[in-house]
Amino acid sequence: MKKLIALLLSLALCLALVACGGAKKEETKTEEPAPAGEAAPAEESAPAEESAPAAESSIKVGLVCLHDETSGYDKNFIDAFNEACEKAGVEGIIKKNVEESQAAYDAAAELADAGCAVVISDSYGHQGFMLEAAKEFPDVQFTACTGDTALNDGVENFHNAFATIYEGRYLAGIAAGMKLNEMIENGEFTAEEAKIGYVGAMPYAEVKSGYTSFYLGAKSVCPTVTMDVIFTGSWYDETLEKEGADSLIKGGCKLISQHADSMGAPNACEAAGVPNVSYNGSTQTACPNTYIVSSRINWEPYFTYVIECAKNGEGYDTDWCGTIATESVLLTELNESVIAEGTAEKIEEAKAALADGTLKVFDCATWTVDGETLESYTDSWGMNGAECIADGAFNESSLRSAPYFDIAIDGINVLE
Amino acid sequence: MIRISKRGSISRGKALLIRASAIVLAILFCALLTMITTGKNPVDVFSSVIAGSFGTKRKFWLFLQNTAILLCISLAVTPAFKMRCWNLGAEGQVLTGAMAAAACMVLMPETLPNWVVLLTMTVSSIAAGALWAAIPAYFKAKFNTNETLFTLMMNYVATQVVAFFCVKWENPKGSCKIGVINQKSHSGWMPEVGNKYLLVILAVVLVTVFMYFYLNYTKHGYELSVVGESERTARYIGIKVNRVILRTMCLSGAICGLAGLLLVGCINHTVSTSLAGGQGFTAVMVSWLAKFNPLVMVFTSGLLIFMSTGAGEIATNCGLNRAFGDLLSSVLIFFIIGSEFFINYQISFHKKNREVRKDV
Repeated sequence: MKKLIALLLSLALCLALVACGGAKKEETKTEEPAPAGEAAPAEESAPAEESAPAAESSIKVGLVCLHDETSGYDKNFIDAFNEACEKAGVEGIIKKNVEESQAAYDAAAELADAGCAVVISDSYGHQGFMLEAAKEFPDVQFTACTGDTALNDGVENFHNAFATIYEGRYLAGIAAGMKLNEMIENGEFTAEEAKIGYVGAMPYAEVKSGYTSFYLGAKSVCPTVTMDVIFTGSWYDETLEKEGADSLIKGGCKLISQHADSMGAPNACEAAGVPNVSYNGSTQTACPNTYIVSSRINWEPYFTYVIECAKNGEGYDTDWCGTIATESVLLTELNESVIAEGTAEKIEEAKAALADGTLKVFDCATWTVDGETLESYTDSWGMNGAECIADGAFNESSLRSAPYFDIAIDGINVLE
Repeated sequence: MIRISKRGSISRGKALLIRASAIVLAILFCALLTMITTGKNPVDVFSSVIAGSFGTKRKFWLFLQNTAILLCISLAVTPAFKMRCWNLGAEGQVLTGAMAAAACMVLMPETLPNWVVLLTMTVSSIAAGALWAAIPAYFKAKFNTNETLFTLMMNYVATQVVAFFCVKWENPKGSCKIGVINQKSHSGWMPEVGNKYLLVILAVVLVTVFMYFYLNYTKHGYELSVVGESERTARYIGIKVNRVILRTMCLSGAICGLAGLLLVGCINHTVSTSLAGGQGFTAVMVSWLAKFNPLVMVFTSGLLIFMSTGAGEIATNCGLNRAFGDLLSSVLIFFIIGSEFFINYQISFHKKNREVRKDV
């Protein structure tokens, strides 16, 4: 026994030495600008530092993420962030898996401590905590992406940003409508049976605006289409999203789309052979036989804009909204083996019309509520009674970047 | 060839040595695991773990704050455990305490003086936590129901209650989240003492001292340990067992409620179903590892927080998944728990005569 203990003790001593060595290394390490301390792919951060001229690399920027790269939503942010940092030759620090709690404040404050000139968060729920950090660090600029309160908060260094993703969804909806038309023509079902299923995360304006624009896109080419919507109550729940898609398919939906972050719905569609319009990035490799197209927000233009402003020591827009024109809203590649003929042309046509203003996604002539056409709407949540219908269309994302279209229109049924 | 026998007793130093070597072995094993599975330098990974808690001033304060919260919950479950009453409902008791505090913040007019709001929050949090523990305690005392299952089920009820109010008071509509409460008026926000983190730490220091004296130097503390050792003896010497059970569980719940109050009033300023984050269960381990000694719990809770913060840091710094960090901390915990075996039992090899006794 004694022998064993003696052995263990000597081992302990050895390790204590090793551990001390480690600790010392750490100290010197933190002095350097957190070397591999960000950008998961190490090769990403190294060239960024080298390519940066010394004078320019003086600022740092930070990103706070809800998950890590395993979530398509966060990956979309992380990729754009790394790209923007590399382009501008600045150092980026990423905090991953930060919950929507005081942890978000802590992460933001740590980034500010570390000398970041700009701190950006990627999830709606980070917003309140980012605002707290913004109040505490008046010299650092904070952006809560997808947030909606900055216009009313009156805190100079606190910002929101979003993009007109509803336009992207409208275009993706056109691809969906074309596919439905093709299936109707092939006699797979009648025009009246054309029904889309939509797996949504949370029942609030961002999601409602998203599925309504998608529906209107589909309806613009397939007038008889209807849509069933279910909510999972979570942004990332693979099981619920898969089960939701399955139940929609069973309920007679001929095509599925989703606004949630996991691969649940696309995988369910691939298994059932039902076409799918994805979100946040192409799912073609995983779902080659059912993936049609996907819309996503490209955050790189915004990040680049913000970094440029910070480099010049300037503030920037309190509430920024990207558009198709700023390349903030993108469609991923069409899956040629699934899409209907003429889809690409139709999308291009609509895109041009959106750009020159002849086409409006929420044109009141194209949708009704209880059979009536709306002429005025002042009940958007959080808009303090502002009139949201102007010139015969709902003016989504023009009063505020974050979506506020929350009207339940005819043709869309929310399933309980 | 190998014989396992129960130890009669073990000296303090020896027990400490076994525990220390378990930690060392765990670190060695983790290093091996890191090298084999990721090919990264284990020293880098470990230094990230250390940086997670001690890298910057803020990290250190956060480490202290998080340790304090876990310690508070661990202290809460301890008197019940010492009484051999398995209160696994700390999670729910913390949540109800937090919910009560949040409810006060939402419902009370922002124009009231802050101290009125804070006082109401404190009273209602502690009462709510105590109530949540008193329900299973009452049934145990009265009908001898199984408190383990009962308290566990109360956790689910508490989670659903919080979920209900998250939807009722959601902001914005449809998000199923309450968001930061009274962000403009700061009504119901605990004042900062020195810095953001100190108040929580001080509060828990007081609780720790209180619990140490309560368990070791008061009549209540003595009674509950007698009930824990043998209910019959307790009855024989005239202890009202049912009353002790109720009283102890209420205390347990009240301190959980206090932890909930600190989480809402001092730290998060909001409530969600994941607010307690499983700490109600981690606390069980903290309490057991420390053998129900409040002072030792300071170290065990610190160790567990250190490991879990380190796990997160690995994810950020080394480009590894958070799961890998969790893996490392589970290895450590497994070794620590495993070392208890060597403290309670000794292994002797058959060829006894070959054992050299240098110290004789």
